[in-house]
Amino acid sequence: MQHKRVGFERRLLPWLLVAPQLVITLVFFIWPAAQALYQSVLIEDAFGLSREFVWLENFEALFADDGYRNSLEVTVVFSIGTTLLAMSASLALAVMADRVLRGAMAYRTLLIWPYAIAPAVAGVLWFFLFNPSIGIAAYGLRAIGYDWNHYLDGDDAMILVVVAAAWKQVSYNFLFFLAGLQSIPRSLIEAAAIDGAGPGRRFWTIVFPLISPTTFFLLVVNVVYAFFDTFGIIHATTSGGPAQATNILVYKVYNDGFIGLDLGGSAAQSAVLMAIVIALTVVQFRYVERRVEY
Amino acid sequence: MVENRPLLNLMTHVVLMLGVVVVFFPVWIAFVASTYPPESLMQGVVPLWPGDRMVENYASILGEGVQAAGSPPVGMMMLNSLVMALAIAIGKIVISLASAYAIVYFRFPFRGLVFWTIFVTLMLPVEVRILPTFEVVAGLGLLNSYAGLSLPLIASATATFLFRQFFLTVPDELLEAARIDGAGPIRFFFDVLLPLSRTNIAALFVILFIYGWNQYLWPLLVTTEESYYTVVMGIQRMVSVPDSEPLWHLVMGTSILAMLPPVIVVVVMQRLFVKGLVEVEK
Repeated sequence: MQHKRVGFERRLLPWLLVAPQLVITLVFFIWPAAQALYQSVLIEDAFGLSREFVWLENFEALFADDGYRNSLEVTVVFSIGTTLLAMSASLALAVMADRVLRGAMAYRTLLIWPYAIAPAVAGVLWFFLFNPSIGIAAYGLRAIGYDWNHYLDGDDAMILVVVAAAWKQVSYNFLFFLAGLQSIPRSLIEAAAIDGAGPGRRFWTIVFPLISPTTFFLLVVNVVYAFFDTFGIIHATTSGGPAQATNILVYKVYNDGFIGLDLGGSAAQSAVLMAIVIALTVVQFRYVERRVEY
Repeated sequence: MVENRPLLNLMTHVVLMLGVVVVFFPVWIAFVASTYPPESLMQGVVPLWPGDRMVENYASILGEGVQAAGSPPVGMMMLNSLVMALAIAIGKIVISLASAYAIVYFRFPFRGLVFWTIFVTLMLPVEVRILPTFEVVAGLGLLNSYAGLSLPLIASATATFLFRQFFLTVPDELLEAARIDGAGPIRFFFDVLLPLSRTNIAALFVILFIYGWNQYLWPLLVTTEESYYTVVMGIQRMVSVPDSEPLWHLVMGTSILAMLPPVIVVVVMQRLFVKGLVEVEK
């Protein structure tokens, strides 16, 4: 591990300095995570009176459960939808913002502030916009002949949460795409233009390949966001409904464990989620070229 | 721009304007809705231009809250959010500065192990360990307290990495010079390292303040007393009222208030915000 050539030789001081961070990490992160793993191989009744070691029975039950398989499916659809929508919209905007000569900074300011909005609040805003009786977006859809109702129609509910989640994420992606685009040497674009390549062709043969590190990095970040940071959107709006159509994994683990008090099942779900985060983190750190020049 | 294409230029601005409109539209509608009396939002469609009840609505939100939905005054919830956001942001910065300083400038046994233990927190978001973490916090008697709201979120691998990265770029000569002048580790930290880290601290503060303000799941778990509700989680109580339509004018007003502080921080400190965002992800 990298460290300084010169340093201080003290015995107690470094431990005092790392103590707060270490204690909080051990007490609130490592210990609970170990507990979750431990509980995932136990069956316990809700009062904690008896427990039994059951190997992987909880996991078998989990993957045999239609509700959980549905939740997995819903999460995959939700993540793909959110990631695709957020990334394509922000790439389009970033490419345009990179083109304008004057006002690029103004556009940036106008586009990045939704980053500061909490997912739950973003969810509530769109929930209101699409409210079947008074929402203006639902009204517009009715005018063109589509009867929108996210209280009854699972697909409508899914579209609603995907739009809300993507809307909040566009600003983040936009910043990174714009940074990536601005780091491309102008001479490359000019050379292609002299050779007669139009804007569309220049984009697909030069610009897009050159920003692929940024794209890949954002892909991972967006998937992580869709998996783990969107609890608030679901909880504040659809509550996983209608008929579990938006019951994503993080919402289900909360609902089954905290509300339903199914300890072993919830712990097994936690363990699966942990495996997903670890896999995504490894991908992020091993394979992603994360350096973005700004 | 390498060639002049008027049509394309026009399209560029049209697309960007469209993007700006889509970004602003939900917030504008929320603001408009928050300026009408409740009757106007019962049927028909939400108007596009603000009404005349802005002052009354916001006064009642801030001072009384939405009592029908069992929600405390929003002014109080915003104060709780502020306390939590500041505690998380400052706490994370302080303990990360300290641990990064120890890891970079000291040689002590198990240093690598300490580093990796901190690293692991990246892989354990609250969402994957909800119940056991709740049990720990309950066991420590921290439910319904500011400490319970902020303390468990204060560990930060990203902030520690950021400061570690930065400390590694500080020239060794500074330390040597300080030692020749007789400065000990504490003095070196406060007189040399801390002033050099100012911009990094400020940039990180912006990001962490937003992170803290927007916490949702955690406050939901550890607060049952209304006096500790934070505004972002409080909105949910107003939306999910059983057996009736939510009082949309108040819900939307609360949403506006809940997003205002972090949005102002981003807009006013845009340069630091962008720096913080890019640095954190490195």
